[in-house]
Amino acid sequence: MKIRASVKDGVTEVKVLMQHEMETGLRKDKDGKLVPAWHITEIKAQHNGKTVLEGQFGTAVSKNPYLVFHFKGGAPGEKVSVNWVDTTGDTRVDEAEIK
Amino acid sequence: MINLERRKALKTGGGLGLLGLFTAVGLIQPGMAWATVEKRAFDAKSMKEALDALGVTAPESSEAIHLTVPEIAENGAVVPVTVASSLANTEQIYILVDKNPNALAASFSFPEGTESFVTTRVKMKETSSVFALVKAGGKFYSVSREVKVTAGGCGG
Repeated sequence: MKIRASVKDGVTEVKVLMQHEMETGLRKDKDGKLVPAWHITEIKAQHNGKTVLEGQFGTAVSKNPYLVFHFKGGAPGEKVSVNWVDTTGDTRVDEAEIK
Repeated sequence: MINLERRKALKTGGGLGLLGLFTAVGLIQPGMAWATVEKRAFDAKSMKEALDALGVTAPESSEAIHLTVPEIAENGAVVPVTVASSLANTEQIYILVDKNPNALAASFSFPEGTESFVTTRVKMKETSSVFALVKAGGKFYSVSREVKVTAGGCGG
């Protein structure tokens, strides 16, 4: 997962690029068989232990989901973390330093 | 782990009866019960079904919601969507694509201190209206814009 966070005028902008296939469960493979649904269902972003964004994804969020959001506060050197959970229960968390 | 358990419960329980029981014995927190409502909305096959699942009837149109989408999407697999709400007490932003197999694409909740703004990218099967549904102060508002899709995003 790529996370970029930068603070300007007291507002931190966070850009996130997650790596995930985001299979809808509606796509067929070359043999005509349905590819099972496999997508991120929940995301949570935190700053200093406080949740700054929560989201839920359905099947229609694009492959390798991209997100941009803004929260008040944040200082250079502080950490922002993003966590996702997918339909298989797999989970990943990454963090980045605010610039 | 907790999430996995909840999904299992959903699969086996399949209804509000078991969920109610779990809530009663404290296995599921109130916030998680809301999440199951959203699960139903995400599974909904049409706009109307999705709105019904969220308990929304006839959301008011609002000029305080800014929905930015391209007029024409050459690639329906990657359609950028930005929603910004200047409605006071914006709690939640939903992105829906009317003609997708599942209308609800994503939902975001905004804690105190987070601007009611989000950018993401969604898949679109065909030309359709894209809706931004905003919950603010307990009420629902929405705006929509049409996006012409020249190549669908659910390719086989």
